[in-house]
Amino acid sequence: MKTCLVVDDSSVIRKVARRILEDLGFVVSEAEDGDTALEACSQSFPDAILLDWNMPRMDGLSFLEKVRALPGGDAPKVVFCTTENDIGKIARALRSGADEYIMKPFDREIVEAKLLQAGLIA
Amino acid sequence: MTPADFSFLQSFLKTRSGLDLAADKQYLIDSRLNPIVRKRQLGDLANLVRALRTGTDKALENVVVEAMTTNESFFFRDKTPFDQFRDTIVPAIAKSRASTRKLRIWCAAASTGQEPYSLAMIIKEMSGTLANWSSEIIGTDLSTEVLEKARAGLYSQFEVQRGLPVQMLVKYFEQQGEMWQLNPAIRAMVQYKTFNLLDSFSGMGQFDVIFCRNVLIYFDAPTKRDVLARMARQLAPDGFLVLGAAETVVGLTTDFVPMNGCRGVYLPTGKGAAAQPQLKAVNAPGLTPSSAMSGLSSAAAKPTPAASNVLPLTPSRFRT
Repeated sequence: MKTCLVVDDSSVIRKVARRILEDLGFVVSEAEDGDTALEACSQSFPDAILLDWNMPRMDGLSFLEKVRALPGGDAPKVVFCTTENDIGKIARALRSGADEYIMKPFDREIVEAKLLQAGLIA
Repeated sequence: MTPADFSFLQSFLKTRSGLDLAADKQYLIDSRLNPIVRKRQLGDLANLVRALRTGTDKALENVVVEAMTTNESFFFRDKTPFDQFRDTIVPAIAKSRASTRKLRIWCAAASTGQEPYSLAMIIKEMSGTLANWSSEIIGTDLSTEVLEKARAGLYSQFEVQRGLPVQMLVKYFEQQGEMWQLNPAIRAMVQYKTFNLLDSFSGMGQFDVIFCRNVLIYFDAPTKRDVLARMARQLAPDGFLVLGAAETVVGLTTDFVPMNGCRGVYLPTGKGAAAQPQLKAVNAPGLTPSSAMSGLSSAAAKPTPAASNVLPLTPSRFRT
């Protein structure tokens, strides 16, 4: 089974995302900020990371840049999932190594479409 | 609804659009025609049918047909047909039309434009293969209303997140507040025309590719056969017909045969089918994220409350 780390400071969003992802066959773990997520990634990389942008301690973009700089850090597919919907921000996320991008609000259909796009589900 | 009213609607829709409304589709009538009843303050469906029976309210007839035949669409829907278009169909045409350098495509159920624009973006991405080619995409639909939206090329945040790779969003769309509009270059690649598939195709000219996805499923077998026979006449002998995942020509017509290894793609019987193109599994070079990223700048954050982060509340959407 594929693994996905959900990184979001909102417990509600983590809960909703977990329900969708588990339904799609993922084993889900959670982190509430970039710092905690980075610690989790230093143990082992998940197959996918669903990543919020604005979080305390370490934001999503900083986390992404640090993950991609780690040995093997190019492996996880990273899908941003954020309220940031400005085209410039999206472009910046892609330049930093994001594979896909979800603009909140989201639903199961969007998550599924984006995971398909990122090659995480068939 | 009385059996007589249902029967009238069945016959009316069949004649006007080819729609074959099965007896178990009463719920479709309720969900799609009740908004018209409310908007026109008709009271109930029986009054709507009564108004249709008079045959004098052409505007009502049109909105009823449009409401019953309009179906949702999204970018790169089902993905595989677009991969096949990019990896197999376009390379084959690039070879066979090398001397004329012309490509004509017909999207026979263009709806709100996502399918023809998806093809337009692929063609744009393949500008290396198709350098100095003239390409023409004709999008037709029975509904004038959906084609107005298609022409505008303006989509909601929700619509651009279903099937459209984010790299293409960034590359080919312009942000208009909460909406996203395809850039003028992509919009200019598609011409739209209101058209009923039951009408004659003789003025359409010849096409290299016809996309006719998720339309035939609404027709009965004789109508399907008729539409396919007439499409065969509009398709080049070495052209390609692309149907929806739930559709086939098998058992309906001998005008087309399935293309080997390309589910949903059909070749005209005869010359085209006899010389099936070799399958290619090569991605277009332009489709990588990095090439989609030139010339973009960052901008300010717009945080919104966490409570609005999950789309509510239609049956297909997730509830918190």
